[in-house]
Amino acid sequence: MPMPLAALNQGKTKAHDSMWDNHDPSGYMSKTRPGLDEDVVRFISQEKDEPDWMLEKRLESLALYKTASLPNWGPDLSRLDLNRITYYARAVDKQAQDWKDVPPDIKNTFDRLGIPQAEQEVLAGVGAQYESTVIYHSLREQFKEQGVIFEDLDVALKNHEALVRKYFMKCIPPTLHKFAALHGAAWSGGTFLYIPRGVRVDMPLQAYFRMNAKGMGQFEHTLIIVEEDAQAHYIEGCSAPRYGVDSLHAGAVEIFVAARARFRYSSVESWSKDAYNLNTKRALVETGAHMEWVGGNFGSHVTMLYPCSVLKGRGATADHLGVAFSGAGQTQDTGAKAIHLAPDTSSNIVMKSISRDGGRSIYRGLIDIAPEADNAASSVKCDALILDEKSESDTIPLIRTKNQSAVLAHEATAGRLNEEDLFYLQSRGLSEAQASAMIVNGFIEPIVKELPLEYAVEMNRMVELEMEGSVG
Amino acid sequence: MDILEIENLKVRAGDKLILDDVSLKVALGQVCVIMGPNGSGKSTLASTLMGHPAYTVESGRISFSGKDITRAKPEERAALGLFLSFQQPREIAGVDYYPFLFEAYKSLALSRREEAMDVFAFKQMLDEQATRLDIKDDWGRRYLNSGFSGGEKKKSEMLQLALLQPRLAIFDEVDSGLDVDALEVVGQAIADYIKPETSALIVTHYQRILKYVRADQVVVMSGGRIAAVGGPDLAARLEKEGFENLAS
Repeated sequence: MPMPLAALNQGKTKAHDSMWDNHDPSGYMSKTRPGLDEDVVRFISQEKDEPDWMLEKRLESLALYKTASLPNWGPDLSRLDLNRITYYARAVDKQAQDWKDVPPDIKNTFDRLGIPQAEQEVLAGVGAQYESTVIYHSLREQFKEQGVIFEDLDVALKNHEALVRKYFMKCIPPTLHKFAALHGAAWSGGTFLYIPRGVRVDMPLQAYFRMNAKGMGQFEHTLIIVEEDAQAHYIEGCSAPRYGVDSLHAGAVEIFVAARARFRYSSVESWSKDAYNLNTKRALVETGAHMEWVGGNFGSHVTMLYPCSVLKGRGATADHLGVAFSGAGQTQDTGAKAIHLAPDTSSNIVMKSISRDGGRSIYRGLIDIAPEADNAASSVKCDALILDEKSESDTIPLIRTKNQSAVLAHEATAGRLNEEDLFYLQSRGLSEAQASAMIVNGFIEPIVKELPLEYAVEMNRMVELEMEGSVG
Repeated sequence: MDILEIENLKVRAGDKLILDDVSLKVALGQVCVIMGPNGSGKSTLASTLMGHPAYTVESGRISFSGKDITRAKPEERAALGLFLSFQQPREIAGVDYYPFLFEAYKSLALSRREEAMDVFAFKQMLDEQATRLDIKDDWGRRYLNSGFSGGEKKKSEMLQLALLQPRLAIFDEVDSGLDVDALEVVGQAIADYIKPETSALIVTHYQRILKYVRADQVVVMSGGRIAAVGGPDLAARLEKEGFENLAS
């Protein structure tokens, strides 16, 4: 590891101080209206000039959505009025080819988030989603030569229709739950990533997502196919301005990891503090393949997110690493699922949560071992840091074993900031807020260190911002 | 001029009275050594001076640099130039050692209204001090005191002392649990620290640290009270006669 001092000063720009408050005036809603029905679904499909099979899929999903009920477990969703959400919004009419073609108000927002600067040197390719339409895309020549496809899903649907059709919503079928059905009907924009057989992409591929209009839901779809023996790392992060009207995010991330491939999916999510973040993320992991999930959840009013690894082939493995931070008025109901369907599969889950100022953090997990899954192994470790009397944390691990050869370990801890540690740091001149942030960042460090540097710096900065509000 | 003035200090930890009517003055540029048996209140005095939240000042007053710091926060005391070398430095996992040092240095420079060095100049100073302290390992790869041996922890305190440049440093049992080589390094670090414009308060069981520093004042504590005050000769008498005789 290089000397990290210099890194400490990077990324601490003014932009982050008003992260949740910056937005540009936009008149996006003129084309669509709140609520979801057949007309809206047909409108979306027509606007995007989609093939018939996609429209049929949307309509099938819509029918499922109408009959499915809300989950009867987990956080309270009674304040979420699905009829007041606008299901489709369009920011720009055309896909921008080049950064210079990106409209100035959008550039301004990205500037304040520090995105273009970070992008130039490190990023292999960028799909930045503003509203529901991808506005900027770049991909390095070398990846093109390797046959890597990294583009807007709407574009991929035109350029690589057969490939999209083969995989789209096969890992997350609309029958999975109400929000998967909703997503299937209203999905819009997103990323398509295809890594051909045997190709290794060493640099992380990145995309940023934003949700920026009042009461607007975002339903982007990420479809990732990693062929046999291939390797890649994809990362996405999001931040949304603050608005008074509840907004909904119900995206889907589908990942197909073929035999012996290795894939890491990282995300940092910091949705606006009135948003419902009801994402579905799932990976199908084939024989001898390895899947890694690294996630950080900040922001949102309610998050329900349980990335799932379906260990389908013999010897498939998965790592799930996650951090959740919940403050005033927030519920982070997050966790992981590992479904062991084959012999010699293993899953390793490490989750850390921080709750402060009345925030609630819940670890909710499922380990499911099928009868065929001989010699499966699973380890779950959850650590919770609860910063004050008002805040809560809970652990709800569910284990279903239908094969007695499974080896399972579960460990959970909950604690507070150590007074002696705080005193030690304060005696060196750090304020209580600085000292607390330092200890909290230390607590999540084992997970944050897995993120690319600029994301790690941003996540540490987010903890500092959160802690400044909580102390003194 | 007295940089530290403690007047009739009464301190409790919970219901228990630990310091009873302690008064003490330390002049600028002077070294004061506090000795006494276990449980005499020496370490409590050291922690109370730095503002440990577990100790409540019931009555009395602490002034530092002419300011009343009896109720000040630890970071405010640090900003004024107070430093505590901990008997048992905390191990804080996940906090990278060097960024912590730079962060603390910058915070102090800001509150002292001094111009802070940039990261490169700071790193240079850090490297020089690490060499002087015979720190061979690359601590830039480690977490704050995490997994440090007893000797390394004391060197870590000396490194922080050198970088944070306090006006009065309190050394709480700095010489316990050290082998001869480490004692040499730590003793030398304290000797280097002491200048006409800095002062030290050394809390110790032993004489051995006095090989490295000249004590201007020796204070003996017993049962939470000051039992005797004297010059350097008092330390030598303690060696011969033991605490019990002096305390009675």
